[in-house]
Amino acid sequence: MTGANSFQVSGYGPERAGWTRLFARDSLARRLDWPILLAAIALSLIGSVLVYSATRNRTEINQGDPYYFLIRHLLNTGIGFALMIGTVWLGHRTLRTAVPILYGASVFLVLLVLTPLGTTVNGAHSWIQIGGGFSLQPSEFVKVTIILGMAMLLAVRVDAGDRQHPDHRTVVQALGLAIVPMLIVMLMPDLGSVMVMAVIVLGVLLASGASNRWVFGLLGAGTIGAIAVWQLHILDDYQINRFAAFANPDLDPAGVGYNTNQARIAIGSGGLTGSGLFQGSQTTGQFVPEQQTDFVFTVAGEELGFLGGGLIILLLGVVLWRACRIALDSTELYGTTVAAGIVAWFAFQSFENIGMTLGIMPVTGLPLPFVSYGGSSMFAVWVAVGLLQSIRVQRPLSA
Amino acid sequence: MTNIPETGRTPRVQTRLIVIQVLVLSLLVTLGGRLWYLQIREGEAYAKEASGNHVQQVVQPAVRGSILDARGVPLADNETRLVVSASRTELLKMKDDGQGVLTKLAGVLGMQPKEVMEKVRLCDAQTPQPCWNGSPYQPIPITDEATPRQALQIRERAEDFPGITAEPQAVRRYASPGEANTAQVLGYLSPVTDDELQQAKDSESPYLRSDQVGRSGLERQYDKELRGKAGVTRYEVDNLGRVIGQAESDAAEPGSNLVTSIDARVQRVAEYELNEAMKAARKEWDRNTNERYKADSGAVVVMEAKTGRVVAMASNPTYDPNAWVGGISAKDYAALTGKKSNYPLLNRAIQGQAAPGSIFKVVSTAAAVQAGYAFDGRYNCSSSYSVGGQVFKNFESQNHGPIDLGRALEVSCDTVYYQLAHSEWKKDGGINPKGKPKDWFYKAAHQFGLGKETGIDLPNEVTGRVPDRQWKQQYWEANKDAWCKTGKKDGDYVERIAYENCLEGNKMRAGDEINYSIGQGDTLVTPIQMATIYAAIANGGTLYDPTVGKAIVSADGKQVSEIAPESHGKLPVSRQALAQMDKALEGVATRGTAAWRFADVGWPQDKIPMHAKTGTAEVYGKQTTSWFATYTDDYAIVMTISQGGTGSGASGPAVRNIYDALYGVSDDGTINKKNALLPTPQKSLPKIRTDGSITAPKISKDPAKEQQASQKAPEDADGQVETAATVQTPATGNRDTRRRQGRRGRRRMLT
Repeated sequence: MTGANSFQVSGYGPERAGWTRLFARDSLARRLDWPILLAAIALSLIGSVLVYSATRNRTEINQGDPYYFLIRHLLNTGIGFALMIGTVWLGHRTLRTAVPILYGASVFLVLLVLTPLGTTVNGAHSWIQIGGGFSLQPSEFVKVTIILGMAMLLAVRVDAGDRQHPDHRTVVQALGLAIVPMLIVMLMPDLGSVMVMAVIVLGVLLASGASNRWVFGLLGAGTIGAIAVWQLHILDDYQINRFAAFANPDLDPAGVGYNTNQARIAIGSGGLTGSGLFQGSQTTGQFVPEQQTDFVFTVAGEELGFLGGGLIILLLGVVLWRACRIALDSTELYGTTVAAGIVAWFAFQSFENIGMTLGIMPVTGLPLPFVSYGGSSMFAVWVAVGLLQSIRVQRPLSA
Repeated sequence: MTNIPETGRTPRVQTRLIVIQVLVLSLLVTLGGRLWYLQIREGEAYAKEASGNHVQQVVQPAVRGSILDARGVPLADNETRLVVSASRTELLKMKDDGQGVLTKLAGVLGMQPKEVMEKVRLCDAQTPQPCWNGSPYQPIPITDEATPRQALQIRERAEDFPGITAEPQAVRRYASPGEANTAQVLGYLSPVTDDELQQAKDSESPYLRSDQVGRSGLERQYDKELRGKAGVTRYEVDNLGRVIGQAESDAAEPGSNLVTSIDARVQRVAEYELNEAMKAARKEWDRNTNERYKADSGAVVVMEAKTGRVVAMASNPTYDPNAWVGGISAKDYAALTGKKSNYPLLNRAIQGQAAPGSIFKVVSTAAAVQAGYAFDGRYNCSSSYSVGGQVFKNFESQNHGPIDLGRALEVSCDTVYYQLAHSEWKKDGGINPKGKPKDWFYKAAHQFGLGKETGIDLPNEVTGRVPDRQWKQQYWEANKDAWCKTGKKDGDYVERIAYENCLEGNKMRAGDEINYSIGQGDTLVTPIQMATIYAAIANGGTLYDPTVGKAIVSADGKQVSEIAPESHGKLPVSRQALAQMDKALEGVATRGTAAWRFADVGWPQDKIPMHAKTGTAEVYGKQTTSWFATYTDDYAIVMTISQGGTGSGASGPAVRNIYDALYGVSDDGTINKKNALLPTPQKSLPKIRTDGSITAPKISKDPAKEQQASQKAPEDADGQVETAATVQTPATGNRDTRRRQGRRGRRRMLT
């Protein structure tokens, strides 16, 4: 914080035009992580085109208006963008004080889903109808508050300089904080979100510097737990089928196997350059279910081909790469942990979502960040971008 | 532990962040790699799968071509029925899934709404019949018996009946013009099987589930040509089967018409006369078995002698080919295929085989000439011929003294052929021949085309059998175990035969060759084979592949591909011997065994030279088979009646009547051209206009009965009647009386 800082502090320089000030060396705009922002915007816009392509013919869900989903997707993106600006404006440190309230609110919303207010979509009881055709999926927000809550607990002693690493008590508290909403989400049952949360927990713990014993202990417990769940038939049959059918579509040819097959056909038929936007016969013929949300990547695969699908993966890579940098560059453990949590979240959710359309991951109901249609998801990921930006903006400039 | 200076972080955290970074990167690389694998490496396979996903075919049936007789009279054509169908794709677009429309439709058709709904629902495991098991994109027929009034109601109020069509559709009909049903020659159709459906699925011309496929006769032989090519419209559909676009389509091509050489009128006469002859035979007493003749089956073939084209082919018992139309009932099917009805589906002209009896003697005569016996030589026609204690009798033990081969044919002298065959058998080395026997008699049979198919354009022709050494060996090997088991030296007739067969059934015994020389024993021939042979004798020696199909004419009449007569060989007879044989066979008709059917009863031999040979074949345990083989310059007619009696006796009148009909010969031998159905073979093809209509002459209700009626009153026809001139018969007594006797009376005579 040398030259530029003093320049600003002096305040006696000539009055400069607004846009110049905005881009001054130490200004907020200069400090923002532009690659992440541009990549996120690009993903959202690509998403809107894909969502439009997938829904313009689906008269049974678009209320006869081919632009119904396109407009809503853009609206969601706009709201998400505003949420990001708000988050940056407040700053992640300010938000730190509000974390208990946010956490409490999100858990309350998740609980609300279990009441008669909640609705079921595709076998998962994860939504709250709020009238006007809008609905909330609180598990999306829980992902953010788990990251924030855990990071706050784990980093508070370290950032204060009291300890080098979080102690066991803190880790137990943090885990408890995560497990409560995870159990509730498990009851919905929204297995995909639980998996994402588990990965988030792991990422946050890793970044917080918690003891190796915790990390490997949790990994081991997760493995044993998964085997137990499988052996003790705790999961519903449809969930087991979903897990098995991605590898062997014949296991459930009319159900999950059908999704997997049609998704793979759609993507596979795209070739290098795809059939052209709005030209995909699999998409036009609506052979892939849930194509505007969970299977949105198949639209890109079929209509834009390897180049389009690769571009989406590349853009997600940019976001993740920058997020990793932000985690590495942050001077405080809180910021590092939050950024790492977000990386774990985005990375796993993207991998799971695209992976299931490519037939290498089991089919779960997870949206592709920025691209899939869905308000709650869109708001959550943009808030996450805001958090990343805030961490980036508030680190020392030299870093 | 030193912390990282810039961030104040412990190395543990730093390391872990890098691990996270690497993990994230590897996940992304995995996705990229998998994407490359699916889209670039395997892309083509998936593209193919995708295109199969969303295209549905709708097949429009092609109208089956007609089968016409030589003058264009349809023997099999299509009848138009009004079919009301519903399009599911259209119905499902409606709010109530078309229930309202179907209910309204039921009202118009006078059906129950439930009945109509059941017809359009799709079959699946839970849905019992009635239901539609075809393609859901295919219009589903609700009724094929709509009245024009109902069809009009539906069409005029099209807006009230969206998705409903009332259109005329073609259904096969066997018209039986002039009562000629031609059943076995035409064959029949039956629904396509699942296997055929599956096989033709991806071919040029896929079947419909409702399609009919030719199963026998011409319908089968020319199925491909008659069937045409179904039209295919390809629709792009979405996952719910809703049509979202139309891909390329091929229009249906109607099937070609098959012009046959059959003349419906002659066919009718042949069928009628065959049936009458069998009825008459059943009234006759068989002195050998002491019961009436059974006359259980019979066949007649009328062939153009110079081309091998079949003008008429009748087989009895017969059936109504319309029984197959619209699906045969189980009862009808049982009746058609049962033993009780004696298998009317069999076309006995090509699938019935029997020992030929004396009509085989033309083969033996040719063999003898080939073997070096002079046609004009003198051969003793004794009343019997004995070989090693076994006595072979002449028919009814007649003795004609020394005669030449021609006379032997005329009077059908068995003993002459016995001698010839026996001396050849001895020359060949007797029971244990050394070296390669000449086997003239057997060789000749093969050269005459026996023992193999004639190649007629009808499916499932049988070969008959020439019982030569090779066959004997095979037959013996197949049966010796059974023979040796049942055979007894001193048992009854069957046991003794089995005993002998066990010992030397593989050897050519003298008795075998002697029996064979007069067409008895193990020899089997089909009527079509004998017709081919006698036609060849008539035309100077060319064995033609018999044909029923004469030309294939496209539906619009523009493309005509004629089926040219093809030969499968020449008779192994010198020109001179053939002429002598021809003369001898004429002698049969004028003064030999068939004279009482022709020359003696007013046949105008000088105008229409008739040649004939009679045959009466003995079958162990059965009554004799009647054979009658005849020819003129233009036609050869062969008739046979199983268990029907003698050749000229049972079959003679019928064959004479067919000739009368062909040439317009009256009972008194006058020729009335007006009554002649086909004095020379039909040369030109019928005209088929571009709109598909066919120029065909009117055909009377029953040419057979008319022909009979015209013969009854020859005196009424005045100027146009020319009286037969000299008839080469020792005409004694009243010719008319004899004629009547000949036509109506049946008496045994030598054959």
